[in-house]
Amino acid sequence: MMRMRAFHSDLPVVFENVSVVARSVTILENLNLSLDAGSPSVLVGPNGSGKTTFLRIAMGMIAPARGRVTYGGRAGVTPVRRAIVFQHPVMLRRTVLANIRYALASAGVPRAEWKTRAESLLDLVGVASLADRPARRLSGGEQQRVALARALARDPEILFLDEPTASLDPAATKAIEDIIGAVSARGIKVVMSTHDLGEARRIGGEIVLLHRGRVMEKADTKSFFDAPRTAEARRFIQGEILL
Amino acid sequence: MTSDVSALQLVLTADPALMAIVRLSLIVSLSAVILATLFAVPFGALIALTRFRGREIVVVVLNALMGLPPVVVGLAVYLLLSRSGPLGTFGILFTPQAMVIAQTILIAPIIAALARQTIEDLSAEYRDELAGMNVGPLKRVATLIWDGRFSLLTALLAGFGRAAAEVGAVMIVGGNIDGFTRTMTTAIALETSKGDLPLAIGLGMVLIAIVIIINALAWTMRRAGERYAG
Repeated sequence: MMRMRAFHSDLPVVFENVSVVARSVTILENLNLSLDAGSPSVLVGPNGSGKTTFLRIAMGMIAPARGRVTYGGRAGVTPVRRAIVFQHPVMLRRTVLANIRYALASAGVPRAEWKTRAESLLDLVGVASLADRPARRLSGGEQQRVALARALARDPEILFLDEPTASLDPAATKAIEDIIGAVSARGIKVVMSTHDLGEARRIGGEIVLLHRGRVMEKADTKSFFDAPRTAEARRFIQGEILL
Repeated sequence: MTSDVSALQLVLTADPALMAIVRLSLIVSLSAVILATLFAVPFGALIALTRFRGREIVVVVLNALMGLPPVVVGLAVYLLLSRSGPLGTFGILFTPQAMVIAQTILIAPIIAALARQTIEDLSAEYRDELAGMNVGPLKRVATLIWDGRFSLLTALLAGFGRAAAEVGAVMIVGGNIDGFTRTMTTAIALETSKGDLPLAIGLGMVLIAIVIIINALAWTMRRAGERYAG
């Protein structure tokens, strides 16, 4: 029975009437949405629209106040095949390599495979030369890469990213976007939030516009930007402030 | 002036009587630190990582107990261990064991309170990442203790400093018996009142040196930790 899990897909991730309330403030309201296998889903929307909460719910870190989230048709699936990179990732007080090893260990990867797996992960995110440096001493962009490697160490089926390039300079942003592209090309479902519409256009297979805790529009990237159906989407794309 | 010179002589020539006193002091206080750590760090971790009714009260009391007066601890342990006390049958009053027990009780709250603070702060910082990596409760505690080890060592050194410098508790439960339960602090108190200033001053110099070494160690540990872990 234990092994069954590994063969059972967590996709699609389906939100069924999901509401989240924190201290009597509604953060997500009656969300119905399906995240399907395939190209990246990109969440956009103004600050406070519920993007971070959406990702945490989808990851399974928070239980919704109402409704439920199912993974491949099942509810209450522990996040074994899912991984998340937070907007401000916290590096463990260890070296870069030790951070990766920790992630491999907690993902249950046999010790014998740590060395090769860690090396290929460090190569993938381009921080192999920093392996022995204390992770907390790295720059924001470098920490973001280590966080990506740590998430990928879980060999996830779905990777959630919360504004992974929010505070990075253009070069670091490009590097992170390239890694995300490579990850997606490997067949990992990427679900990320961003407030950068250019980035949403570059990465997204589909765009989900959140506003005030509701899904205003969900469409493939081309239709979203070329032919938005809702007034909110049109105004958001044109750079107007959504209140 | 003459007493200063003879005090220095005692220290520099490693006078056997003086060294025996120093050795007993270190053994008693180190034992107390080890014993207190075994209880206090897990207890601090438990308080840091669990939520229950009355938790705030436990935290406030624990912090308050950091300032336990040594004489009161000495008195309490004395009453426990005295012939007519509940633990009198062990007959360990006026032995080094009794001194270890008293100092353990004195410093356990210090180590527990500092460990609680360290682990709680670290947990707040790590919580999301560890949840995201699906790390189980036991592994979480181990991770927090390991990553907080430099701060935790500082807590242990704070406990050791307190134990080595206190006089009230060991005086009451040890009895300051020459060659058996006489520590640096009790000897200083006795020799000063007797007027044997060279020995008192010599011991005082050793004690201060030890305190400085401990603080230097704590400082080095913290710096090393920062350099290693950032």
